[in-house]
Amino acid sequence: MVKAMLVDYTRCIGCYQCVLACKAKNALQPMEPAEEPSVRSFTGVKKRKGVFVSRLCMHCQDPTCASVCPVGAFRKTAAGPVVYDKEKCIGCRYCILACPFDVPNYEWGVAAPKVTKCNLCADLVAAGKVPACVEACPTGARMFGDREALLAEARARIRSNGKTYVDHVYGADEAGGTSVLLLSSVPFGTLGFREDLGGKPLPQLTWAALSQIPNVVTMGGALLFGVWWITNRRTIVAAEREKEEAGRRAAGAPPPDEDE
Amino acid sequence: MRGDGPSRFGFWKGVMGAALAVFAAVAVLRYTRGLGAVTNLSDQYPWGLWIGFDVLCGVGLAAGGFAITATVHLFHLRRFEPIVRPAVLTAFLGYLLVIVGLMFDLGRPDRIWHALVMWNPRSVMFEVAWCVMLYTMVLALEFSPVVFERFNIRAPLRILRGVTVPLVIVGVLLSTLHQSSLGSLYLIVPHKLHPLWYTPMLPVLFFVSAIAAGLAMVNVESRLSARAFGRHLELDLLADLGRVLLVVLGAYGILRFQDLARRGAFAHLALGRIEGQMFVLEIVVGLLAPMAILAVSRLRRSGGGLYLASLLVVFGFIMHRLNVSLTGLEAAAGVRYFPSWMEVAVSFGIVAAGFGLFALAVKYLPVFSAPLGPTPDRPAGARRPLSILRPRVT
Repeated sequence: MVKAMLVDYTRCIGCYQCVLACKAKNALQPMEPAEEPSVRSFTGVKKRKGVFVSRLCMHCQDPTCASVCPVGAFRKTAAGPVVYDKEKCIGCRYCILACPFDVPNYEWGVAAPKVTKCNLCADLVAAGKVPACVEACPTGARMFGDREALLAEARARIRSNGKTYVDHVYGADEAGGTSVLLLSSVPFGTLGFREDLGGKPLPQLTWAALSQIPNVVTMGGALLFGVWWITNRRTIVAAEREKEEAGRRAAGAPPPDEDE
Repeated sequence: MRGDGPSRFGFWKGVMGAALAVFAAVAVLRYTRGLGAVTNLSDQYPWGLWIGFDVLCGVGLAAGGFAITATVHLFHLRRFEPIVRPAVLTAFLGYLLVIVGLMFDLGRPDRIWHALVMWNPRSVMFEVAWCVMLYTMVLALEFSPVVFERFNIRAPLRILRGVTVPLVIVGVLLSTLHQSSLGSLYLIVPHKLHPLWYTPMLPVLFFVSAIAAGLAMVNVESRLSARAFGRHLELDLLADLGRVLLVVLGAYGILRFQDLARRGAFAHLALGRIEGQMFVLEIVVGLLAPMAILAVSRLRRSGGGLYLASLLVVFGFIMHRLNVSLTGLEAAAGVRYFPSWMEVAVSFGIVAAGFGLFALAVKYLPVFSAPLGPTPDRPAGARRPLSILRPRVT
């Protein structure tokens, strides 16, 4: 049963309790509000177009970061959170390039850097609790629970408050669906979210290329061997003819010229 | 040593020494203070010159290795045999230097071995890492006879001669896979890469352009080697390669234009913006101009014409890769990236080291000699005279 977080921007009052709770849970400094996620804060709240927009990792159902990481440092857990194993990470930063939501941050300023992002308090979730930011939210702008149930809740809110909400649950389908669902009174595009992501997970794009590899190897190998075999015959035939020539000349003709 | 005398060579040695000194200083900074202290990279723009040039271009420019080994050992076009060794040397050095570039760019280069034991077959980068590792080993094996001959170690030579064909086949397959996969890396960012460069055909374009670049590099190398070491190839051999190059460029041009037209990408060709300008530079100077030169047989058969065309092809190749990896991603990133002088210093140092190592190898190893066969009249380690560089009948 996949869990998710529902963030209703119409209920957010910009108190930053979520940011501070997140920092406390993850021992991040400095203990002050943050507008954007960074290496010092895994979530941020920023006022855009009159709306308090909080951003965090979207915890995709088929995460792009997990598919692009060469050493498998990212993993979508069964419960929903996408977690990062800093011990595996080699610092190639492909995840930062690939993420359609521009989530991962990098510790550019240290000698042994790691990627940072929200992990939806995976340890708390595994113990049946809720993420620290959800616990701290005083207005219920952030809610946590079963993804299907929260999707239904989100759609119900849209239905019964038609004028308040934009008719879209961001994260229901984006990039194959995410475990962080957003509701807003302002179109998501104007808040800085990509609206052209489509409903298919991005990893399918590279899998289309990678899945051709066995074909390339087998057919290519056979083709190259065939080319060698065909052209080799010509070389053998030519060499045999030369040997005959040399034999005939040696049997009573002047020695052959130096080959050049 | 041929050339314009010791003062000219001394100048280049000086340049190389300075480049390597700066390179070493920047290396110390990079490893003690982190990437942020040395590069202009950021979360919005995580890959810069070291990936765009050192890795993407370096791997491609070393493609001459697989192109020429296939030509000689699989297509049995033995008249190209004299260029096999220099081409393999260039490829081998190229890949070694790509690995050095990665050691700079990776956040945790001490963990570069992780891909050996931590597998994610869904990742294009995993595939690139493995293919590059395996291909570097293939190149080492393909080049090793040169070293064994120098030190007169005969036994491995016989074994290697026996496995040449399978080794070349494996090398071509590995090359095909990772040359195209470098393009596949960018399949995952359709929303970030500018429509003039994003296409599902990226793997095919990267592969075909690598072949073109490889052939052009053989030409460029031959000319540079002529100036520096007095060794060069017969002009009609190179002119033949020039014809193949023209065909490959034509194929690339058709693929590229057809793809752009089909996706309606020309609508995004705004000449007032940097993307449009870089696109024109890449296509006109890097593709159309060399094609025009190679199409004129008088120019194709002249050393100068071939050299210019080859330089333009290399330029176009580098432009394409830099456009895919740098230019094309700027708009979506919202930042203007330009490499810091330290990033440039590292890349320059790597290239300088490449030239230096090539020169050393040519000086001390039989790179420009024919492979020693089991002929009793020629003592081991002997260098055949320059005449070997003329075509010979097998």
